[in-house]
Amino acid sequence: MISLLRSEWAKFRSVRGWMIGIILAPLVTIGFGALTGSASQCGYMYPGPDGQMISGPCTAPKGPGGELVQDQFYFVHQTLTGSGSITVRMTGLTSSDLQPWAKSGIIIKAYAVPGSAYAAMMLTGAHGARFEWNYVDDVAGLPGSAPRWLRLTRTGDAVTGYDSADGAHWTEVGTGTLAGLPSSVQVGMFAATPGVRQTVRAGDAAVNATGTFGNVSLTGNVRGGWKGTTVSPPPGPPPAQDGGPSTGFQQTATGFTVTGIGDIAPDLPGTGGGLSTPISRTLDGTFAGLIVVIVLGAIYITAEYRRGMIRTTFAATPARGRVVVAKAVVLGAVTFVAAAIGCALAIPIASHELRAGGNVITPLSTVTYLRVAAGTALVFAGAAILGLALGALFRRGVAAVTTGIVVVVVPYFLAVASPGLPTTLSDWLMRVFPAAALAVQQTVPVYPQVSDTYQAFEGFFPLTALAGFAVLTAWAAGALWLATWQLKRADA
Amino acid sequence: MSAFLRAEWTKARTLAGTFWLLAGAVAATLPLSVAVAAGQNCPPSGCATDPAKLSLTGLYLGQTVVAVLGVLAISGEYAADMNIVTFAAMPKRARVLGAKAAVLAALVLPAAVVSVLASLVFGAAMLPGRGFTPSHGFVSLSLGSATMLRVAVGSMLYLALIGLLSLGIATVVRDAAVAIGLVLALLFVFPILVAFIHNAPLQRHLEQIAPMLAGMAVQETVNVASQPLGPWAGLGVLALWAAGALLLGCFVLVRRDA
Repeated sequence: MISLLRSEWAKFRSVRGWMIGIILAPLVTIGFGALTGSASQCGYMYPGPDGQMISGPCTAPKGPGGELVQDQFYFVHQTLTGSGSITVRMTGLTSSDLQPWAKSGIIIKAYAVPGSAYAAMMLTGAHGARFEWNYVDDVAGLPGSAPRWLRLTRTGDAVTGYDSADGAHWTEVGTGTLAGLPSSVQVGMFAATPGVRQTVRAGDAAVNATGTFGNVSLTGNVRGGWKGTTVSPPPGPPPAQDGGPSTGFQQTATGFTVTGIGDIAPDLPGTGGGLSTPISRTLDGTFAGLIVVIVLGAIYITAEYRRGMIRTTFAATPARGRVVVAKAVVLGAVTFVAAAIGCALAIPIASHELRAGGNVITPLSTVTYLRVAAGTALVFAGAAILGLALGALFRRGVAAVTTGIVVVVVPYFLAVASPGLPTTLSDWLMRVFPAAALAVQQTVPVYPQVSDTYQAFEGFFPLTALAGFAVLTAWAAGALWLATWQLKRADA
Repeated sequence: MSAFLRAEWTKARTLAGTFWLLAGAVAATLPLSVAVAAGQNCPPSGCATDPAKLSLTGLYLGQTVVAVLGVLAISGEYAADMNIVTFAAMPKRARVLGAKAAVLAALVLPAAVVSVLASLVFGAAMLPGRGFTPSHGFVSLSLGSATMLRVAVGSMLYLALIGLLSLGIATVVRDAAVAIGLVLALLFVFPILVAFIHNAPLQRHLEQIAPMLAGMAVQETVNVASQPLGPWAGLGVLALWAAGALLLGCFVLVRRDA
């Protein structure tokens, strides 16, 4: 087998066009990634000191876990030092267009600053009472809607949420440990709601939501009196006089009404308020590169058929299946190395271009960076082997390349770039076809507490990276098996 | 010229693959068109998609088969060394290419007529029941209207032009596998990039020059005036791509050894 591998490698490296192809694949991947990265801009306009409009880059605060978060809401708060609690009776959650994850309730937050640690008990538009903390954690409480009693107690770093239907019988919903919570925290009531989704890619229309509170009681060392604050990263919500929905609070004889917009949640690509750019965007060029390696894989064997070289090859090694496997090993290894270098470079280059355009990129640890680069390189290797197998099966370059591209690239094209494709169909395409393996580029998990379309377009894939890679492997291995089976039966 | 045409017609007609590829173009188009139309649900609040384009989604797939036909029209000869015979018999190579283009268009058009008309008929049958009605501001999908006639004829011409573009590229590149790879990359990479670029002016420029996106402008029925290109201007861009590829192919063909 070693000599077989060596002879196949000798063939590969001695054909100039193939060496050009294997260098071209990572280059187009880097090139297109850098191109889309440098062309994409994210920013907003705000009035400068002399009244001129200045553009600023997009910003998304980081939560305590290091992830990008949305943290925009209206906050009515006082300062609590040490242990204490807040209890309210929520009598209503209303909105001109009530969103399923509109939220209003009580919150204990380290500072009235976006991205700071918090724990909150809330009522939602359609998901009942919830206990949420530090942006990513979410526990369901009582189902149904107002009126509900909510309570938060703070002891040290731990905040525990309770709910009750009658104010007498309380149930503990959950406890969040907020590491490093300062001794003095902000405690109070809040309201927020995500915008209304208009079309899949046209952003959201802002609406507000109003929570109505009665029987507000605080325990512990509380001071300062009630104060209203719009918590928001810059540039903040559009002011009401500019057509934005109003926000604020009112103290009534029986309690409070608090009106806010925004959301307290992980910042996900594709949500209306989400500003972050997924890492997969740095590898936008993957598809151009995949086309190159599919062509390369196909002609690595069809060229032998066309030149009659295959008869010499099979005369030298009568075990034809082994020849195809040796070719697959050589091609897969060479493609993996070239693509790994390409992806390892494309990610930082395109990230740099994206940041220069004001985009906020999902944070990337070294482990994730290596996983995405190596995983994408494996996808390249798999696609090249699929091209090779199709070449061995059809013996015609055109048929092999077309089938390869139709199977690998066209489903992805349909899922991300074909307007109006039903989501069930695009979801199904990304489960069945080899592009499912690009799930390895997904670095942000799906959060049930965030309404999002979770489409491949935004870097979300229906399968896990492993399952997706299994799909690609099944295609490549299946085609390889068919090819060797047919090779043994047919004349060379 | 008629001798050239007759020769090319005989070659195309007698190849076993030709018929199957034409049938394949129809077979690749219809199921996707029908699946996409069947999966639509435009709520009363409206939706941003174009019912004419939706009905013709299958063309994204069908055009790949037409591209294969275009590539094989010339590279099939190179693979079989038939080109030596052809050019020995007919030394006017530019005319050979012209005859190939004419025969290819004549072969693709009937398949295009079937694919496009059947897709539109299915669309017209299914989409109005799924919210795409004139009362929601959409055009009537019946083929009688001038708009839908433009969509239908334009889409048929679109497929023929994709065939010619492929023929031109394959003439330049000779190697069939590389040629089809180039054609499909040219068609599909632009739209994927456009989907990912968050930059409206650049997106618009790319939509104006990309062969697939510009050519499919001929199918627009919603907000036609605000599209990057008018319907016929869009098809014109694709025609320029095809003409450019054929001219380059012609130039290379005349200069190069057979």
